[in-house]
Amino acid sequence: MSFWKNDFPPLWLYGVLTGILYIGIGLAQGQFTIIWQKAVMICLECIGIG
Amino acid sequence: MKRDRKFVETCLKIGIAMKKIRLSVQIIYTILTNGYLYGFLSGKIYRGRLKYICVPGLNCYSCPGAVASCPIGALQALLNQQGFHIPFGVLGFFFLFGSLLGRTVCGWLCPFGLVQDLLHEIPVFRKRKRLPFHRILKYGKYIVLISLVCIGSLFLFGGFAKVPAFCKYLCPSGTLLGALPLLAVNAQLRGQIGGLFFWKLGILLLILLLSIKICRPFCQYLCPLGAVYGWFNRFSLVQIHWSEEDCIFCGSCRKACPVDLSVHEISRSPECIRCGRCVSACPAGCLHLSAQNRSNAR
Repeated sequence: MSFWKNDFPPLWLYGVLTGILYIGIGLAQGQFTIIWQKAVMICLECIGIG
Repeated sequence: MKRDRKFVETCLKIGIAMKKIRLSVQIIYTILTNGYLYGFLSGKIYRGRLKYICVPGLNCYSCPGAVASCPIGALQALLNQQGFHIPFGVLGFFFLFGSLLGRTVCGWLCPFGLVQDLLHEIPVFRKRKRLPFHRILKYGKYIVLISLVCIGSLFLFGGFAKVPAFCKYLCPSGTLLGALPLLAVNAQLRGQIGGLFFWKLGILLLILLLSIKICRPFCQYLCPLGAVYGWFNRFSLVQIHWSEEDCIFCGSCRKACPVDLSVHEISRSPECIRCGRCVSACPAGCLHLSAQNRSNAR
């Protein structure tokens, strides 16, 4: 039993791998360009004007 | 297994220094992620490539000094698109930072958390840990996440137009880090101030005033990013480890905890921001903040 217990990678590692996978999918879908386009303009909603 | 005396003494020394270490990390992180000084002088924001990526903490991307994107703002920007797309890019950052750090982000990195911490140090008012009805109010952050960040960005606010509802109607970090520095130097923007700005300014002032009396009211009750990272607290790499064998059950950790968690709840609870005050307060050195060691993990 200890064989199985000790050899399972910890959950946080699955989380990190999922994160990297999702970032990769986001990159492939061009989502970071959308984020960048939003982030380089002054967000009028954020500052309470828009 | 009992730990040796030297290990316990080391834990105690680190615990005592924890407050200074954390404050230094918070200040350095805030300066690094808001270090575009030209923006503060000119009233313009940074437009470089770093804004493709998200920082772990709540940090308005309209802050003139911000060099990267706010994850909540980025999430809303993706949800605001025509049609529905799963926002993989931002979910990826949530999984990455959450799995590594959990709410350590809130305790050690978030600039708005730093502001609340500093205000709480002001020695006026009798300090309280929680608001009345805390057990109900603590779910506020999940309601904000679902209603304002997700549903608000997809459907509800602004008639048929999609708007970043959290940023527009609630975010105090945007007002403090974005609006006030921009409006101070940009006369054109100052001329456009209306009722919405004063609504947001009122929310900011309320939260800042509450912060003097209550520890981190925004983080405890309203922050959608805290709600996201809270889900990762149970299994994140960085944890506060508790050695039950060495614990003398004195309750010092609970007294020191800003969110009033017991020793059994510390670190694993979604409310724990891993500020390390329990580590500093423990007279037996049985609590320590570190990357997960599976053989010691609870």
